[in-house]
Amino acid sequence: MIHLKTPLNLEKIKNIKAGTQIFLSGTIFSMRDKAHKKMVEENFYPLNLKNQTIFYMGPSPTRPGHKSGSCGPTTSARMDKWTPPFIKKTGIIGIIGKGERCQDVKEAMKGKVIYLLAFGGLGALYAKCVKKSEVVLFKEFGCEAVYKLEVNNMPLIVAQDIKGESIL
Amino acid sequence: MKIIEAKDITNAVKKMCIKAAHELPSDVLLAIKKSQTKQKGIAKHLTALMLENAKIAKTEMYPLCQDTGTAILFVEIGSEIFIKGNITKAINDGVKQGYKEGYLRKSIVKDPLFKRKNTNDNTPAIIHYSFAEGNKLKISLLLKGAGSENKSILKMFAPSASIQDIKDFILSAVRTAGASACPPFVVGIGIGGNFERSAQLAKKALLRKINNFNKNKLYAGLEKDLLKEINKTNIGPQGLGGNISALGVFIEQEPCHTASLPVSVNISCHVSRHIKEVL
Repeated sequence: MIHLKTPLNLEKIKNIKAGTQIFLSGTIFSMRDKAHKKMVEENFYPLNLKNQTIFYMGPSPTRPGHKSGSCGPTTSARMDKWTPPFIKKTGIIGIIGKGERCQDVKEAMKGKVIYLLAFGGLGALYAKCVKKSEVVLFKEFGCEAVYKLEVNNMPLIVAQDIKGESIL
Repeated sequence: MKIIEAKDITNAVKKMCIKAAHELPSDVLLAIKKSQTKQKGIAKHLTALMLENAKIAKTEMYPLCQDTGTAILFVEIGSEIFIKGNITKAINDGVKQGYKEGYLRKSIVKDPLFKRKNTNDNTPAIIHYSFAEGNKLKISLLLKGAGSENKSILKMFAPSASIQDIKDFILSAVRTAGASACPPFVVGIGIGGNFERSAQLAKKALLRKINNFNKNKLYAGLEKDLLKEINKTNIGPQGLGGNISALGVFIEQEPCHTASLPVSVNISCHVSRHIKEVL
């Protein structure tokens, strides 16, 4: 079990092997289908995401008194089509999602991005890890907007390490 | 003749949406608890997290999963009731109110192909009506997320297909579903009917309580065999390996054309959310 804090860098993650359980803390950005489509297909990158970690997630609305709605991962494979150009353009270093990736994405991540699995169907548990949540882009996309999240000890597992070794 | 007001249906559906999104059915929760004792390592740890998630959801009112799904209703209308008002509108109003007041995610887009604009109230619900004797209105609701729904599959077999062919098809569907459909699964299977009916039967099968096997011994035997074989696939919780890949396998069967043998597989994630209410 390793504790990691964002922003990540190659030095922090170079020795973390696929299969390692981690607790992630710090700032992450939610992005899913609509944000990827808009950014990649319209070549529109208003956020500086260099060395940032993104989370494939669209939360449920936040109930009064809560810091976030339910917020577990969505299926990563739906983003496969856009991921290689997205990595190239943004310089992200971490992706949090659910499930397998296609070969092109695995290659694109190798040496550049660590792929972390969040556990599906545990949205309530992940909501409790969120200390702060705000929409920073594409408010009009509703739950598919880009949320900037401050998280504390999010339980994850390394699916593909920086060397390209994978447990999936 | 018993009169049921539309507003009472709306109110019931609203409460059902909120409860289903926050509270795992007791049989599903029990099955997860029992499965924990049979597991070890990461699988056991993940199962403990699933139980913790269920506890947080219920006691602190966070939806079990952020994908609070499509609202799917099976509505059985008794012959001795009179519904005052439009039942379809009453149900959809219940879904609208439940999703708003329960802080549930609205996930329905109006146009499926071109604009994909959110309806912002999670309607329309998908409603299957049936009719029966008696003076009751029975409403069953499923909240079904897309992660598992997207892994569903239908095949029109020839009647010459063997039981093994059918099993292979179902096992292949479950293997393909893998981690992104959030195992351990509840697997709903529809056999017979026709093209669209088999899919509806597979969905209806997901309403069955865990361990409540088919009343027909042959189908019950097939359910038990499939459960054993799915648990040998080593998919495990979250697809990370283990000896529990499904909590239940349920088949619903119906008569079909002599030249047909439709088989549908509808997969539910471990957050198998369904609830029943009788008015």
